[in-house]
Parts: sequence; structure tokens; C-alpha cells
Amino acid sequence: MPPIRILGISGSLRRGSHNTSLLRAAARLLPPGVELEIYDRLGALPHYNEDLDVDPVPEPAADLRTAIASADGLLIATPEYNGSVPGALKNAIDWASRPFPDNALAHKPVAVMGASTGIFGAVWAQAEVRKALKTAGADVLENEVPIGQAHGAFTEQGQLGDPELQSALEELLEALVSRAAASAGRGALMEESTAGNAA
Amino acid sequence: MSTTLEHVPTGTYALDPVHSSFAFGVKYNIGTFRSSFGEVDAELSDGVLTGSAKVSSINIDQPQFKGHLLSPDFFDAEANPEVTFRSTEIRPSADGTVEVDGELTIRGVTKAVTATGSYSSGPDAFGNERAGFAIETTVDRREFGLNWQNPLPNGKDSLAWEVIVSVDLQFVKQG
Repeated sequence: MPPIRILGISGSLRRGSHNTSLLRAAARLLPPGVELEIYDRLGALPHYNEDLDVDPVPEPAADLRTAIASADGLLIATPEYNGSVPGALKNAIDWASRPFPDNALAHKPVAVMGASTGIFGAVWAQAEVRKALKTAGADVLENEVPIGQAHGAFTEQGQLGDPELQSALEELLEALVSRAAASAGRGALMEESTAGNAA
Repeated sequence: MSTTLEHVPTGTYALDPVHSSFAFGVKYNIGTFRSSFGEVDAELSDGVLTGSAKVSSINIDQPQFKGHLLSPDFFDAEANPEVTFRSTEIRPSADGTVEVDGELTIRGVTKAVTATGSYSSGPDAFGNERAGFAIETTVDRREFGLNWQNPLPNGKDSLAWEVIVSVDLQFVKQG
């Protein structure tokens, strides 16, 4: 049986990004039968411009739309710039949201989390990412995973050091995988993987 | 440090900075943020406790975050470089507890506060006379003009108004 595919998008383009680290920490927690691919081409997208959004669309935009459309769910990790969504991530959502309403995001299960170096863990950016995704027609989970003081939040093994945040991340992933499995017509995935482990 | 007195000793005691700290904690959306000031000075002189902390010595390693706390949203450190305290009355009890009344100045605003905790005094292993306070008080940061707030997406305050100030001071008698 093909795996459930989750596409991970980090809203930070930085090489040492805490949000990319957060996606990697999430990847380690996924059950068997679920794969996470981290999308690394956000920086290649041009600024959204309807004049460019004509057939054929710029290759990076087509690539993003295909990657989202072929995933069973999205996992977005956002930093917070000036109390809000980073431009590169908003731009990606804008590209992915067109053509409306039959876009790659429509009804797509999406979970949002965030890491920041302040104490609040990008909660305002997360809320705004959710708002934009809902407007675009995605099936957005309400769970919030705020990783504050992200420069000290990860262990050497790349996991979250705070057990409460680790639990929040596990809950988020469980909910996302469940919805992604349902979306892929694989409602019994969690039971199957448990049975598989027992065998 | 085993002797407990019901009065604060006279004479001049200087701070032992290695064994002292000036910390605070404030609740935010999912936990408590704790930090401290690295540069603290204090003195116990004829029963009066005075102390100061350099605001810019706040122990936060992330420069943007530190910069925000030093900005006019919080401490306004450029205009008000120090937090200071001066006791008006110290009331030690036989059980080792203590109440300290005093005036706390933050951001240029002085308010009367009462801190409670423990107090002890006596000779240490090296023959020095020591006195120690571990005291705590809760202040509303708005009273000192640290008014920053930003509602969470759910409408609640992101950062509590109450701040717990915890001071642990060790003094060594001079002369």
C-alpha cells in the first residue's frame, strides 16, 4: 500500500531555520506508513502577480501546486516576522490558492505550527497562516504548537526538549495524519499500522 | 548560617555577588518566562537594605528579544538604566522568616512593596559574619509603566501583568 504523503513547508528560507528543524522533529514522530517530504523551493517563487499567473505558469509555481496537489496533507512551520506571516510563506499560499476555488489547497488537510526566538512561538503568525489557508479553502486544523525561544528548544537529537510541546506536536500530527488518511481514502491507517507493529 | 536572629544586625555588610541573584518570572501563554539581572549590587548597612540592578544586564541571549525588553515597551533602559530598592523596615521572625518593606523603583517609578521570605545570619566556615535574604514579591508591571500587551489570537492577554520578583542576597560583614 502506498504511504500517506505529508508535504512539509517551512516559512523560513534560512539554512539553519528553526522551523525546518521543527519539521524534522515532526518527521521523526510520524507512524509507519506516513512520509514527510520537506519542500525546499519556496525561495524560487516569483512574487505573486496575476500577469504571471497564465498558462504556462512560472515553473516554480507549477512545481509548488503539483507538490501540494499530490500530497495527502500539509504541515506548515512558520516563523513570525514583525508579528506576522513571513512574506515568502504568504506568497506561496497566494500562488497555491489560485485558480480559486479549484486550487491545490482546496479541502487539503493542513496543520500549522511555529517557532520563534521570542517567548510566544509565532502564535500570531500561526493564526494568520490559518486564516489565509481557510480563505483558500483548505481543511485547517485548529491545533497550535508554539515553539518559543527556538534557539534552545531542540535537543542534540533534534527533538523538542519540552515534554508539553512534544505532546502538543504529537497531538497535532495524530490529527493531521488521521485527516490525511481519510482524505486519501485510508481511514483505517492508524489501526493497520498498529496491527503491523504487533506482527 | 545556622543562627537565626530576630533583629537585623548593625554594621555594614557588602554583597557576595557570586552567591546572589535577582530574578523574575512572568506567565505567558503557555508557561512562565524567567530571567535575571547579571549585574546586581546591594548593601546591608545599619539595618537598611539597598540594592540596584543594571537593566541592560538582563540575562537574555537572543538580541532582538533582549532589545524589545530594553525598549520603551518594557524597561526603557536608555532613560532608566537601573532598577533600585531601598528597605524602610525589615521584620525578621524567630522561625527564620522575614518581611521586608521597601521602595522599589523600576522605570523611574517608585512604589512601596513588601517582600517576604527567609533571613539568616551568622558566621561562615571561614569566620566571616554573613547575612542572607531570600525574598520574593509580586508586582503589577503596569504600575511601573511596563504596559506592553498583545492579545493572543484567542483574545486573552499574551503576557501576564503580575511579575514575581525573587531576590537572593548573601552579605559579608565588612571591617
